[in-house]
Amino acid sequence: MKVALFIPCYIDQFYPQVGQATLELLTKLGCEVDFPLNQTCCGQPMANSGFAAASKDCDKNFVRNFTGYDYIVGPSGSCVLHVKEHLKDDKHPEETIHIRKHIYELSEFIVDVLKKEITSAVFPHKVGLHNSCHGQRGLGLSSMSERVLPAFSKPEQLLSKVKGIQLVKPVRNDECCGFGGTFSVFEEALSVKMGKDRIKQHEANDVEYITGVDVSCLMHIEGILKRQGSKIKTIHIAEILNTEA
Amino acid sequence: MKDHATLAEAFIQDEARTNWHDETLWFVRQKRDKAAHGLPEWEQLREWASQIKNHTLSHMDSYLEEFERNALANGVQVHWASDAAEHNRIIHDIIKKKGITRIVKSKSMLTEECHLNHYLEEQGVEVVDTDLGERIVQFRHEPPSHIVLPAIHLKKQDVSDTFHEYLHTEKGNNDPTYLTRAARVHLREKFIASELAITGVNFAVAETGGFVVCTNEGNADMGTHAANVHIACMGFEKLIPKASHLSVFLRLLARSATGQPVTTYSSHFHKPKPGQEMHIVIVDNGRSNILGKADFRNALKCIRCAACFNTCPVYRRSGGFSYHTAVAGPIGSILNPNFDPKKYADLPFASSLCGSCSNVCPVKIDIHDQLWKWRQELTKAGHVPLMKKIMMKGMAFVLGRPALYRFSGASARWVLRYMPFMVKFKINPWYKQREMPAPPKQSFREWYIQNKKK
Amino acid sequence: MSSRDQIFSAIRKNKPAAVPGVTPDLSVVIGYPDLLSQFSTVLTAIGGSCREVASAEDAKQFIASLDKGTFVIDTTAEHPSGLAQLSPAALASVDTAIIRGGVAVAENGSIWVTENEMVNRLLPFIAQQLILIINEKDLVPTMHQAYERISINETGFGVFIAGPSKTADIEQSLVIGAHGPCGMVAVIVRES
Repeated sequence: MKVALFIPCYIDQFYPQVGQATLELLTKLGCEVDFPLNQTCCGQPMANSGFAAASKDCDKNFVRNFTGYDYIVGPSGSCVLHVKEHLKDDKHPEETIHIRKHIYELSEFIVDVLKKEITSAVFPHKVGLHNSCHGQRGLGLSSMSERVLPAFSKPEQLLSKVKGIQLVKPVRNDECCGFGGTFSVFEEALSVKMGKDRIKQHEANDVEYITGVDVSCLMHIEGILKRQGSKIKTIHIAEILNTEA
Repeated sequence: MKDHATLAEAFIQDEARTNWHDETLWFVRQKRDKAAHGLPEWEQLREWASQIKNHTLSHMDSYLEEFERNALANGVQVHWASDAAEHNRIIHDIIKKKGITRIVKSKSMLTEECHLNHYLEEQGVEVVDTDLGERIVQFRHEPPSHIVLPAIHLKKQDVSDTFHEYLHTEKGNNDPTYLTRAARVHLREKFIASELAITGVNFAVAETGGFVVCTNEGNADMGTHAANVHIACMGFEKLIPKASHLSVFLRLLARSATGQPVTTYSSHFHKPKPGQEMHIVIVDNGRSNILGKADFRNALKCIRCAACFNTCPVYRRSGGFSYHTAVAGPIGSILNPNFDPKKYADLPFASSLCGSCSNVCPVKIDIHDQLWKWRQELTKAGHVPLMKKIMMKGMAFVLGRPALYRFSGASARWVLRYMPFMVKFKINPWYKQREMPAPPKQSFREWYIQNKKK
Repeated sequence: MSSRDQIFSAIRKNKPAAVPGVTPDLSVVIGYPDLLSQFSTVLTAIGGSCREVASAEDAKQFIASLDKGTFVIDTTAEHPSGLAQLSPAALASVDTAIIRGGVAVAENGSIWVTENEMVNRLLPFIAQQLILIINEKDLVPTMHQAYERISINETGFGVFIAGPSKTADIEQSLVIGAHGPCGMVAVIVRES
């Protein structure tokens, strides 16, 4: 199984440890992983700001880099969703469709495609899971509080097998943290208010870590936590799943 | 005019009040959840509602003809208004012809959309809003901040002060029951004296030519049954084909809106009472234009339950007035740009695209997808601040070129590491209330090439 | 061109391709093992009250035992002639209205009342207290069955009434008795 590792631009630049954990984890799980070296960005920051038409070069570059793989896996629900819904390259329609159909967020790839559980991870901490909207409502990584459907959660399913972990749910289990891409700067006051509220809900549970499948949400939450001088740390799910005794 | 971000920032200044607003509406969302989860067929109901509305939109002309025919046969006078101005004029003509001065109105978002009260005031005609929340905001010369809970932005002290001023209630008596009773006495006088009652329409039924009005307070009924003239105003999209379809919508409406199993009164009007005149004003006001837009016509399915308001993390923390329009919230953000793309260009951006609105919508409007599509439309049409345009085009340029991206990324990390004062200043909206991420020595790619590449 | 014609021509030009209609499959709709207890639970929860009686005679006795104030209009018995024409001002002092209801809906505690039974459209709304008498056999599980049983245009006006009038417009605090009745009692007669 040939898997291409998709490391979104801001993870590449600011959170390389998340990329490393993802790569190591996939390798441990028996995947043949390749990292296409000329990848940049999925185009989402521009598209969500109304400039989808301007991100053509991004799209083309994405198709160029990720053609020829069985699967494409990334540690970011939001970027994966964007590619799934909006990737466009008129000159390579078949390749584009293949990519859109075979791109996965890490936790859903492990649960749905590899159908594996990870029993090697050890993380003896109290952890709150942040359900990121695009992963949850967009990719369907877990059931949603608004819908009347059976309950499930792929990230929780994986985390529940981690030794020593104590997972606690906040109230308003799936409310948005307020990152929202460029919303975080163009609606700064709201974005931060939403983030502060999200943090308060986790603080009430006395967590040591907030984890999630989206580094972008975590980056926003981390930024506020640090400014507040909080002891709570953020950590991507791949980093927890990649721990060992 | 101030945009949503500016108005939201001002709203959030009072954090305690923002928290209260957020909690109050979240409570309504929780009641909605409880009601929805009480019906195992909830998702199926939403699907039926969505399909009935899709079907109706695609046969709108024939159902409207059927409705008109049946309504006329019932003895109801049917008027057609192309736009808000014509709607207002039709109503004013009826008032003028009969020399009517005492008018009551129950809740109708269409009349808000058309600014009917304002228009009639200019013609020297006073309209008394009879929904308690609407009466409160009317006293205060404010528009409603929410389509179902018009005075949700006010605390009981605010209402008490307003009632003290206008209804001479005891100063400082904030008891909701006391205040509601005072309004009851005041409005009963208005009902009894009224000559004309204006109502909205929740659903109009093609096969019978009748229409349904839902309230909890009974104010629509008090008004219409007391007055000798009843004018019901509806956008044409309120139409549904059959009486049996009402079951689907009435089961969804109140549960979605407030978590009640049904509103207290679901009133079915068909014929005027003896001696009464009944009018229906059917309004287009841009709706036929929306019908022609494949990406946006879904918004016409809206039944005005406001579930999307209550669930919206942005609405709950920025209040209805931050949307600077009659219909606020997520649905307002996809409806209003149809009417005035320039004026409402900010609204589709007043969202983190979390998608909760689409999930609660009882008629399955793809609200958050439409928000995304509106962003593209508005940008294409040039309704975008210059700075944003420069920023986005610049980003797209860099991110479309791998070598340039790597150079810029490395530079950014270098700047953050060695010259943080270059980015850490207050006009950087990220840094204002958040720290920047700590810049690592290596990008993932650099690490990969060094350690993993075969 | 008239506005009517303009609107129709715009709709005809812009409407989407035909989408088929749908007939709800009622087999997936919720049912209740005990309609009466479901109805009574919901009605009580929304501020009304419910009394089950064995016969029409018992209903009369029960209603006689209630405090109904001085001005009572009972449309199920002899009522003032000209009630239909009675002015709002005259009706404003009605303490209690007693009206026969039709179909009653277990899922939401609502009762269908038509113009024939209320005689004056304003009566069930303007009275301070409302008593509706219904038959147990008229209980149905949901609105779907209710609409199968009624013709909404059988009379010029009909209404589903679910409890007393209410509002929560002041800080979401529920207040029973907004503009309409402050109390509502459903009397359910077991025999027909």
